[in-house]
Amino acid sequence: MAHQISLDFSKNAARAQADTDLQSALAKLQRDTRLARSIITGRLPEFEDLRDRAVAIKDHTLANLDHYLETFEANVTDAGGHVHWCNDAGGARETILQICRDSDAKIVGKGKSMVSEEIALNDYLIAHGLEVVETDLGEYILQLRGETPSHVVMPAIHLKKEQIAETFRDHHTTLDPDRPLDVPRDMTEEARAKLREKFLAADVGITGANMLIAETGSIVVVTNEGNGDLTQTLPRVHIVIAAIEKVVPRVEDALSILRILARSATGQEITCYTTFATGPKRPDDLDGPEEFHLILLDNGRTKLLEGAFRDVLRCIRCGACQSACPVYGAVGGHAYGGVYGGPIGAVLTPALDGIDKAWPLPEASSFCGNCEAVCPMRIPLPGLMRRWRDIAHNEKLNKAGARRGLALWAWAARRPALYRLGARIALRLLKTFGGRRGYLRRVPLAGGWTTARDLPAPEGGTFIDLWQKENLGKTQGNTTGKTGS
Amino acid sequence: MTAAAPPVTPPVTPRVGLFATCLVDLYRPSVGFAAASLLEQAGCEVFVPRAQVCCGQPAYNAGDRANAAAIARQTINLFEGFDYIVAPSGSCAGMLRRHYPDLLSDDPQYATRAQSVADKTWELIVFLTDVRGWTDIDASWPASVTYHDACSGLRELGVKNQPRQLLEKVEGLELRELEAADVCCGFGGTFCIKYPEVSGAMVDNKVDEIVATGAATVLSGDLGCLMNIAGRLSRRGEAVEARHMAEILAGPAIGPAIGRTADSDGGKA
Ligand code: SF4
Repeated sequence: MAHQISLDFSKNAARAQADTDLQSALAKLQRDTRLARSIITGRLPEFEDLRDRAVAIKDHTLANLDHYLETFEANVTDAGGHVHWCNDAGGARETILQICRDSDAKIVGKGKSMVSEEIALNDYLIAHGLEVVETDLGEYILQLRGETPSHVVMPAIHLKKEQIAETFRDHHTTLDPDRPLDVPRDMTEEARAKLREKFLAADVGITGANMLIAETGSIVVVTNEGNGDLTQTLPRVHIVIAAIEKVVPRVEDALSILRILARSATGQEITCYTTFATGPKRPDDLDGPEEFHLILLDNGRTKLLEGAFRDVLRCIRCGACQSACPVYGAVGGHAYGGVYGGPIGAVLTPALDGIDKAWPLPEASSFCGNCEAVCPMRIPLPGLMRRWRDIAHNEKLNKAGARRGLALWAWAARRPALYRLGARIALRLLKTFGGRRGYLRRVPLAGGWTTARDLPAPEGGTFIDLWQKENLGKTQGNTTGKTGS
Repeated sequence: MTAAAPPVTPPVTPRVGLFATCLVDLYRPSVGFAAASLLEQAGCEVFVPRAQVCCGQPAYNAGDRANAAAIARQTINLFEGFDYIVAPSGSCAGMLRRHYPDLLSDDPQYATRAQSVADKTWELIVFLTDVRGWTDIDASWPASVTYHDACSGLRELGVKNQPRQLLEKVEGLELRELEAADVCCGFGGTFCIKYPEVSGAMVDNKVDEIVATGAATVLSGDLGCLMNIAGRLSRRGEAVEARHMAEILAGPAIGPAIGRTADSDGGKA
């Protein structure tokens, strides 16, 4: 499927809603998420305190980001690694390609990394002659299908297992075409066998990092498949790509955040593999890479740090906001365009791609607040979406019709007497459409409403008018005396 | 009952400004009357400032902060003199309580006044339980109901146990919980008009769950959600009725359910 663009959100959404496979996958995700969440929060009474602690850690780090990044760099260098500061996607891609070239790499094994999606790394390396193999099962499936992740921790969540089996049959052509691929286990084993060859052959391993620890210069990688470990220990060269907000001061801070990460992401208490790695292989180490490179990517972060969107830099990419979002649940991640779907995408994509290219995303929220309620880092996602709406409104990016409607309404709302008159007229008009029936199926100018639902007919008369009739005198009951007409 | 933030010496007969909300004003005055009746039963003197319009949320959520702030100032002028401001809506009460202070934080004339209005604004049901100390209620409704947690009330104001606690005390009423009562119904103000298909899918899920409970009536504390749900119920031809919480609690003068007329099907199922 071609990559979708954010400005087409409505069209993308319509396509997603017509896709029955996607719809059943999304329904399952939402059910599983609700269940998992009730279990984890039930089992861990101190979950809320842990969230507070994680927020405090990140806020402190962000307030002293330069200090911790420099400490981190010094400690990576001390451990024998190299840190490369990259301002933008282009710089990061070139740096990574150069490292691959310097080590004569042909095959690159890749662990799951959302930041590598941000800089479209795979396409670039492949275009420059490298073979790149995704080693996370979900990402591997997507690579075979030519798709992008639709969720930050469950990249292939939009697919049903039958679709994955079909993809494997199409691509693993040397295997018996009649082999059973009915249960996830069959497919996992098949992918594992295929990937083993690549792990052993890879010259360079590229991974992301869930956290960077300033005091030790270590990276933390969490996975459920162990592919991250093979990707970072087997090849000669290990390249880590991480955005600057991933740094935390101390090991114990990383441990605090780990306690909420897996719980929020997948409902696990901890992931199957949590790996701390520091620098390249030391002389008496049994294994590990000979070279260790760390790409510290900015890609717009320092700009976010300065302004109203700073809180979003606390994000640990757990995907809880996506799994819990009813809009995401209706349309999936791809409909958002950009790299990140769901609430985090609605806040980050306008920052990464420009609000002019992504204004529908922050609009596509009912502001139900569930994302903020589940976000372990207490990021005020609806509030930040509203900030983007402020900007989109000021820059007149959203639809002219909607803007005119709002302006007219606001004009009246600021003139109470006129508003009262308008309310009476509106009621009279609605009555002529409604007749005696209690619901209206079609109402002029209310097309958006009546697409999916009838409009309940008003009871008749406005409350204010009726109240005044019944309680003459009481309407004057305010101390300022400004009671309107 | 714990009073969340009572004034130091609670007035014997508090003067309450009823913020009816624009939807109640226009669509369902009976909710306004029910709210007023409940407030009177709770020993309050109720005032309905005539110049009230809307809390300003449509502008605020559309990114039009200037108009939202103007409407907020208007509301503050009108309501700041009361002991309490009460709205039969978690969404509008949430706007006054949680968002006015943010909206007017840069306005030297209004910043503190916005905060003082915020501090004394309550959602109706929570006001009855947490401020007026209601633990019981004299009402009857001999039928099964289900309850939808409207998002803003739930997540901005913590409206969750209070309505259930009162419903339990309604004579004859049987509460059948939804599987996911706290999932958004897809209303979201102008969201439902801007993204009708997405919103439609959300309300469809909600209606599926409502029907699955077998309850005769769905209740909630926000008219926006209720109109959305009632509209979808009607479009699908479901018999379930939709009503605002206040209507059931205030009794006994109960008119037809939302969108129903006296001659269509007004009574309890
Ligand atoms: S915004 Fe919060 S919930 Fe969403 S991915 Fe980031 S940390 Fe997780």
